[in-house]
Amino acid sequence: MAKVHVTTSINGEPMEFLCEPNDTMLDALRGTLNLTGSKEGCASGDCGACSITLDDRLVCSCLMLAVESEGHEIRTIEGMAQGDKLHPLQQKFLEMAALQCGICTSGMLVASDALLKKNPDPSEEEVRFWLAGNLCRCTGYDKIVRAVMETAAEMRAQ
Amino acid sequence: MNLVTNNKWIGQRTIRPDGMDKVTGRAQFAADTTMPGMIWGKVLRSPHPHARIRSIDTAKAEALPGVRAVVTSKDIVDFPIEKGAVMLGIQDMRWMCRNVMARDKALFPGHPVAAVAATTEAIAAEACKLIEIDYEVLPWSIEIDDAIKSDAPVLHEFNKFDGKPSNIAGRLEHKKGDISEGFKKADVVIERTFTTRPVHQGYIEPHACLISVAPDGKTTIWSSSQGQFMVRAMTSMLTGIPQSDIRAIPAEIGGGFGGKTIVYLEPLATLLAKKSGRPVKMVMTREEVMRATGPTSGSKSTVKIGATKDGKIVAAHGIFYLQAGAFPGSPIRGAAGCSFTPYDIPNLLSEGFDVCSNRSKVAAYRAPGAPIGAYAVECVMDEVAERLKMDPLDFRLKNAAREGTKAAHGPTFPRIGYVETVEAAKSSPHYAAPLGDGQGRLRGRGVASGFWFNAGGESSAQVNITEDGNVVVTTGHPDIGGSRAGIANICAELLGIDYRRVSVIIGDTQTVGFSNLTGGSRVLFASSMVVTQSTEKIIQTLRERAAKIWEIDPEAVKWEDGAAHPVSPNAGQFEPLTLKELAEKAPAMGGPIGAGVQLNTQGADGGFGTHVCDVEIDVDLGIARVIRYTAVQDVGRAIHPGYVEGQLQGGVAQGIGWALNEEYIYTKEGKVDNPGFLDYRMPVCSDLPMLDCIMVEIPNPKHPQGVKGVGEVPLVPVMAAVANAIYNALGKRFYALPMSPPKVLEVLEAPTQQAAE
Repeated sequence: MAKVHVTTSINGEPMEFLCEPNDTMLDALRGTLNLTGSKEGCASGDCGACSITLDDRLVCSCLMLAVESEGHEIRTIEGMAQGDKLHPLQQKFLEMAALQCGICTSGMLVASDALLKKNPDPSEEEVRFWLAGNLCRCTGYDKIVRAVMETAAEMRAQ
Repeated sequence: MNLVTNNKWIGQRTIRPDGMDKVTGRAQFAADTTMPGMIWGKVLRSPHPHARIRSIDTAKAEALPGVRAVVTSKDIVDFPIEKGAVMLGIQDMRWMCRNVMARDKALFPGHPVAAVAATTEAIAAEACKLIEIDYEVLPWSIEIDDAIKSDAPVLHEFNKFDGKPSNIAGRLEHKKGDISEGFKKADVVIERTFTTRPVHQGYIEPHACLISVAPDGKTTIWSSSQGQFMVRAMTSMLTGIPQSDIRAIPAEIGGGFGGKTIVYLEPLATLLAKKSGRPVKMVMTREEVMRATGPTSGSKSTVKIGATKDGKIVAAHGIFYLQAGAFPGSPIRGAAGCSFTPYDIPNLLSEGFDVCSNRSKVAAYRAPGAPIGAYAVECVMDEVAERLKMDPLDFRLKNAAREGTKAAHGPTFPRIGYVETVEAAKSSPHYAAPLGDGQGRLRGRGVASGFWFNAGGESSAQVNITEDGNVVVTTGHPDIGGSRAGIANICAELLGIDYRRVSVIIGDTQTVGFSNLTGGSRVLFASSMVVTQSTEKIIQTLRERAAKIWEIDPEAVKWEDGAAHPVSPNAGQFEPLTLKELAEKAPAMGGPIGAGVQLNTQGADGGFGTHVCDVEIDVDLGIARVIRYTAVQDVGRAIHPGYVEGQLQGGVAQGIGWALNEEYIYTKEGKVDNPGFLDYRMPVCSDLPMLDCIMVEIPNPKHPQGVKGVGEVPLVPVMAAVANAIYNALGKRFYALPMSPPKVLEVLEAPTQQAAE
């Protein structure tokens, strides 16, 4: 199979890469592009550990073909902090112990960021249903939900 | 020992040392690394639950372009059954060698039968299909009742029970007093039988490894596990490479919960790397994880409890049958040993039976066996309390184990915190709050308690002062839930410096001394002991250095707030010497400052918890939801309260999944029918409420900071707390897990009351 040439934007930077036609976006990110912050927990769109945004829309990168990124803007966990300045969600996750093993953390943060961009003042129920596609087996979600809501409150106050 | 008081860092919610890497995507888990020249390994697995392997022909696979190596059981070191057990920790290598690769028989669907390494994953998968295996398919059994029938197909013919080949691979009992005499004194006796389904640990990170073997045999293993030393030892034993030649590097671990305390891929990848001369990476799919790793046992338990009218338990009998899966070794010790332990019962018999059947070999899962036993015991406790018209917490208090109580599994308890957990649950805002109006949905409240042994064991640490006067701590237990944060707090506290000056890392097998598995809730207990002793040695060195500089007696120097001071004006008038200053002067004053300590740690006290659960049931849909939950636990000392709460909350969430939804479902052909996260339904964020924690702190007197293990207890009471709440809501009791919507509806729609009621 001939490889396909893809031109896209990843975390704000223009990017070109070659992939197999059947490679998922997650394969490309973790393989050729060496962006291993997105994790593969299931490869079936059930765990959300591979969450990225495609033109600001939250998607599971394991359910998207790499070739579909052609001409679009991809954002991953690696693009969340600005230089050495963490995104408020990242800082709050650290302060509130909203992670244990950390395997779901990239996806949780990307998904939470997508939520707050759409809805800066989510209720607990809205946070819980928005994050229902991101599995965490360690925390019981309590501290994650609190961290998202507290970040939202602080961001609104600014 | 030096129980630290007036703490600056112990008990603080500091930022964990590995946190930054994990919120930025930098942290490297098992599947996140590559090596130059790396190729890919894949496992061929048995499609049959039980089959004799007559022959394996790998010629076509080996001829496929791109294939670099093929291995079968012939390549794995054999531990012959007749030569007897070869134990590594709690694992018998006779079973391990057969679990990583089937030898004469495949014993479950998913059992590895061969492995291939090729230049791409696709070629490796294609090559697996070209391997020809001649199977003689055999009859099989999976469920306990089927496996213990007299005519059941026997997995291991050599295994005898009552003199006959059997799937019952072992029995243990804990006994105290005489139960037949005890039951005679009882006014109320209740006996019930319960079943639970196999459930998976459910870690989000699949097993993965990357392994290189140099031509001289020097081997580098990059993998995530609950013990790099376990990985090294098992890989060594299964490949014949000496331990000194294997460097096992612990990757960040994406969850384990007991399921990563044994190896699956590492020996195969090592042999493939050795044969091919290329680094080999292997990553399981989620389906492989579900079919061939873990899960915990399914179970069948019968529990009988007798009490007098005034609420005193006089006798109890528990019989716990647990599935071991393909090889002996189910956690009957946890089920039989923990389930009655919260109570002072004069006459007790607790029996466990280890049952082999044609499903994957059981792996540890958070307090292995204890939640299964506690589910049965704590549900019967609830029924007895109801029959006696006693508050269920008062009933537990009346029978509570205390200091001096002799537990049936051996120890006479020192000062323990069980009573305090019940009292805290009783006086909690949750227990006092009305259930509230469910607006058509039925609400109920349940309670339950639980116990787990906890463990100590081998632990090693090295603490070094850097040339610029900061600190690097290296320990040997993989950090699965925040132990590095606890260690940083303790080391900073002892040295009197900001915790951010302490860097904590997990060493690989060739750079830090042997440390036992991350398991048994041992890690912070054991590693803080060796870190404390190492740090105390360093403080002694620092005092001696200051004494030398000041030309006074070391005994006249004290260490406080990160600096050496004269103990009193009589010792002399000197400006304090800080850690930074002493580090700078180190080369001239005797050399580098550092200390290592290795111990087989003792004194891990068991842990107790008591939980309160409110449920709400949609009677039209049969959906039970937990709407409020409070976990109370004696945590000894919460070194980092955020991560202690995290352990409690995580355990509770897993228990709620076990109670309400999670189960392995098998097809008529004996294969797991729900090997993915869509159909194996673990709790998602919208399934759960906030999970409240009450940390009771009864310090462990045998530990320098009072630490008790906290990670496993919180799963133990949960299923019973949920079941008792559902009973309270419906007036109908379930004797089987999970209490999933179809099963709840079935009970709700049953025309008559259950016979037992």
